[in-house]
Amino acid sequence: MKPVYILNDNMITSLGFTTAENILAIKKGTIGIRTVNDPLLYPNPVPVSIVNDDLLNERLGEALADHHKTSPSDAFTRLEKFFIISIHDVLKNSPVEKGDPRTLLVISTTKGNIDLLEDRFKSKFSHKRLYLWELGRVIQQFFGFVNMPVIVSNACISGVLAIIISARFLQSGAFDHAVVAGGDIATEFVISGFQSFQALSPDPCKPFDLNRTGLSLGEGCGSIVLSIHPDTSRTPLVRVSGASVSNDANHISGPSRTGEELSWAINQAMEQARVSPREISYISAHGTATLFNDEMESKALENCELSNVPVNSFKGYWGHTLGAAGIIESVATISTLRSNYLYRSAGFDTLGVPSPLRVITTNRPGEVNACLKTASGFGGCNAAIIYQKD
Amino acid sequence: MGATLPLFIRKINMDRIITAYSHITENKVIVNDRLIFYQENIVNFADFVKIVYKQEMINYPRFYKMDAISKLGFLAVELVLKEKTIAGYRPEAVGVIMSNSSSSLDTDIAHNETIKDRSSYFPSPSVFVYTLPNIIIGEVCIKNKIKGENAFLISEAFNGKLLCDYADELFDNKRVEACLCGWVEVMGNNCNALVALVETADRSADSSGSGFKPMLFNAENMNFIMKRN
Repeated sequence: MKPVYILNDNMITSLGFTTAENILAIKKGTIGIRTVNDPLLYPNPVPVSIVNDDLLNERLGEALADHHKTSPSDAFTRLEKFFIISIHDVLKNSPVEKGDPRTLLVISTTKGNIDLLEDRFKSKFSHKRLYLWELGRVIQQFFGFVNMPVIVSNACISGVLAIIISARFLQSGAFDHAVVAGGDIATEFVISGFQSFQALSPDPCKPFDLNRTGLSLGEGCGSIVLSIHPDTSRTPLVRVSGASVSNDANHISGPSRTGEELSWAINQAMEQARVSPREISYISAHGTATLFNDEMESKALENCELSNVPVNSFKGYWGHTLGAAGIIESVATISTLRSNYLYRSAGFDTLGVPSPLRVITTNRPGEVNACLKTASGFGGCNAAIIYQKD
Repeated sequence: MGATLPLFIRKINMDRIITAYSHITENKVIVNDRLIFYQENIVNFADFVKIVYKQEMINYPRFYKMDAISKLGFLAVELVLKEKTIAGYRPEAVGVIMSNSSSSLDTDIAHNETIKDRSSYFPSPSVFVYTLPNIIIGEVCIKNKIKGENAFLISEAFNGKLLCDYADELFDNKRVEACLCGWVEVMGNNCNALVALVETADRSADSSGSGFKPMLFNAENMNFIMKRN
């Protein structure tokens, strides 16, 4: 099977607008989740990781100027601004031509421009903008991609699944390059929904910890350029070497009791990558910090004989960013791989899951050659992907 | 290698067939080319799906808890699997790829209604959980013990080519042995669902006695079924 390489990446969270800014913040131990008292987001104060609006508009201005666009910044929704800044950054230093018919654009989002349901936006944007394909079209046209974007909306695995679908389309020979971008914003729509589930933690989330009390929401966007042509000027080369998706067939809003379906996806991904559990040197888990998700993941990793591998969840830094999560956490995973440097799992202190896990408690150097990224979500879906140095 | 690869893929594609399908529109249900339900002047989606559910004698109490789009997707899949069972496959060998235009917008609007007014602020988990389109896939997987590949894709209009290209990739690389592929769209009282069961020729021999002649699985045939009915 053709190798698919990672050429370039970007991520936007409350911690920064580029991969480098985010990684620097993580190294310093900065937590982006803060208690926000904003009645436009929720009637009561709620911990959430929010991207600063002034900085967002400043970065958008730079992207618009670079593209010689005269459109005013308020021509775009908040989420469209995220996508424009992220994709602009990732294309800046990449050999990929947007206008090339061999380039595919794949967009991942769970809720798209859902804020446009709020009365305050009704006069500003047309109803059509609520449709995810219209969001895709705005982004496609802004950059001049020739192919209609593929849009993936598959709950919390959307981001990982978008990368998997892109890699598969590249491997099948249909395209040479893919720009995969995923984003979601924090809205009252989503916060009120998770709050109704009593799934939100009153404090910044603590994945895998004994005292975890639920998840924290966040907003963000990430982009990755994939290609069948390696960029030999940037070493080490990193590629997608295996991937799989499964369904629990158990419950629409709760994970599998045994974790066996996530295990199956992980085993399939490892088999495809031709790596054994012993060759996996790092795991970037989904780690939402809900009671049942983290329990399920620990069981799944034990089933796969991966309990002894260093593992973290990046959600302790910027919360659960939904359709962005799989992309930005993959970007942080790829950074771990490139730099041979493992990051602490923020919020973690004492192990509180039924199966053993080796959660990373301090930032430290560590040889990383093959790593596993997982995701699980509502609807019972699971995804696993292996990133590997060439 | 460049010259042989497309031929190789085409050869495999010849063996992939639609062994059963259902197509549900506002007041009409077609299964394997047969009109099984038609009623003029149906204006209400909720009534329509309930009548079809009862006519087909499906007994699954969870159905009543589902939102409109999951009811539609569930029903479309049940009608297909009544024609052609997937019981012979391992749970992990069956995939589900669904698509639509409006994601879960119909239910998103319902959730939004519960938070619009601060004096009656009652977001409900039983509504919110359905504000994701892939919940349809989740419901179908729970009912039929399907544990394989899933994906929910969004496009403005039905895109048979996208579905086939992706499903073909899954078959080519032996990620699935059978796959439910389709489109499930609801907005208010407008609905449109097309679900096809795709199998390989060697595994589809135990066909039902309904007289349906399986069709090749390709974009042309998927688009043809969607347009004809």
